[in-house]
Amino acid sequence: MSVTAASERIPWRVRLALREVDGVTLLVLPAVIFVVALFVYPFLYGFVISFQPKAGDWLANYRKFFSEPFLYDTIFATLWLAIPATLINVLISIPVAMRVRLMRHRRILTTILVIPITLGTVLIAEGLLTYLGAQGWFNRTLISLGLVKTPVRLVHNYTGVMLSLIMSGFPFTFLLTLSYITGIDPSLEQAAATLGAKARARFVHILLPLLAQGLAINLCLSFVQTFSVFPSAVLLGAPAGDTRVISLAAYQAAYEQYDASMASAIAMIMGFIQLGVVILILAGRRFVYRGAAGGGKG
Amino acid sequence: MSRDKPVGERLWAIAIWTLVIFFIINVIATIAAVTVNSFGTRWFNSWLPAGFTTRWYISAWQEFQLHDVLIVTFEVVGAVVLLSGLLGVPAAYALARRNFPGKQVVILLFLLPMMIPPITFGIPLATVLYQSHLGGNLSGVILANLVPTVPFVVLVMIPFIEQIDPRIESAARVFGAGTGRLFLHILIPLLTPGILAALLLVLVRTIAMFELTFFTAGPGSQTLVVALYYAVYAAGVRAGQSIDAMAVIYMLTTLVWLLIALRFVDPTQIVTRVKREAAAQ
Repeated sequence: MSVTAASERIPWRVRLALREVDGVTLLVLPAVIFVVALFVYPFLYGFVISFQPKAGDWLANYRKFFSEPFLYDTIFATLWLAIPATLINVLISIPVAMRVRLMRHRRILTTILVIPITLGTVLIAEGLLTYLGAQGWFNRTLISLGLVKTPVRLVHNYTGVMLSLIMSGFPFTFLLTLSYITGIDPSLEQAAATLGAKARARFVHILLPLLAQGLAINLCLSFVQTFSVFPSAVLLGAPAGDTRVISLAAYQAAYEQYDASMASAIAMIMGFIQLGVVILILAGRRFVYRGAAGGGKG
Repeated sequence: MSRDKPVGERLWAIAIWTLVIFFIINVIATIAAVTVNSFGTRWFNSWLPAGFTTRWYISAWQEFQLHDVLIVTFEVVGAVVLLSGLLGVPAAYALARRNFPGKQVVILLFLLPMMIPPITFGIPLATVLYQSHLGGNLSGVILANLVPTVPFVVLVMIPFIEQIDPRIESAARVFGAGTGRLFLHILIPLLTPGILAALLLVLVRTIAMFELTFFTAGPGSQTLVVALYYAVYAAGVRAGQSIDAMAVIYMLTTLVWLLIALRFVDPTQIVTRVKREAAAQ
């Protein structure tokens, strides 16, 4: 009772200032209002209208999605691209980053690798259409090296999309892994080396546990990105066949059938699958390694 | 490092460098293929085109109305850069200087639009924008593009602001400066490198932002990357060289800004978003 009586005597402005809420704190408001209005609200709105289908009861959109192979197969088509691409990108990024961290002029390499990220998937798709096509330099090189007799079909199919996911995704995972690896205190590894640990043992017992957190985040981010593959699946893949991805199904519902309710339902399904995989990866990390999280600045 | 490394370790190193070089060669060849094709007359069944010309650039400029598309692109990018700076920097200042209740929630709120891919939130966002009659025009494209860039500016700017000694601000306040004058005369000059870095990265990301623009753009509000997508999608309607000429123009507009940005930021920052250099050394 005495506490509330005392706090009633202090003016509200002072009480707020004691909790670090004052004029300066209010500067956060415009940005917060913006994100709430254009990110949180649309998400909630999409969630609500996904239960208000054009016809049928409130679950009709979801029932339709999970009963028509044309729609629910897009989940498997997308996973079939996203899971291998994520694993390839993240797993290869580890040994490469281990090498590159010893390099003196790292910046040249990181600059080259940042170019495909910057150019984006649309340009990479257009480039690969020319480069990997039947008349392109890649097939021409394979033929003149005597590796194949006739051009290999690398575009307008699964391979084309996979290659574009690696070309635009690998630099991203690599730079992320590199920043986690260079964040580990090198003296930890030196201490292990002094105690006689070989390279493999140092990697398994020192670096890997410290990297676990970063790798889990890296896996999450690159899965979420590859799972929402869109332009390259349309331009480089077979959008009517085995690269009919879930984002294309959502796009067609919204812009070809003008069914915002169904499109939102597909977007929500997409979001929930991404969320589910992220939770799975983060739970898996806890299962694999339970020590202190992160490596200093990870 | 010692010279007497085991053979296995050396082979492993060679294998990794081969992989890296193979990857880089393919990236360069992909970009070069687009560039060479855009200057080629006829390119069929040979390593290089039969002859070289610049006429595809003239035809691409007319066919794809690149003049209008470039103006729209710069309008969108300019507005996004300006607005994300105006919204993001003050918010970053509040988050860097105050430990108010619910700060973690606010940070999470800013993290989500950057973690969730634009395709997932783009469709509900476009639906809302179209319903409020903002879809299909310039303002809708700008608003949609701001969704990931405002949080980006906030999160990039927080460490920059934390580096500034708060006593400088206290001194200014003692002499009677309000928050407005504090920003104008103390913070903005001190933060110029950080603001420049954050806004240049916003600029590069917005030029290349396909999904959100694609979902919200109407016929008169397409940016260069969306126009390029439509051209590639309808390949066969136009000459391939013409599309590649447009692709080269797109690459130039992006890479020029990337080169400028790289003078101020480390390439890894484009991915990790947080200044880590100080800790790495």
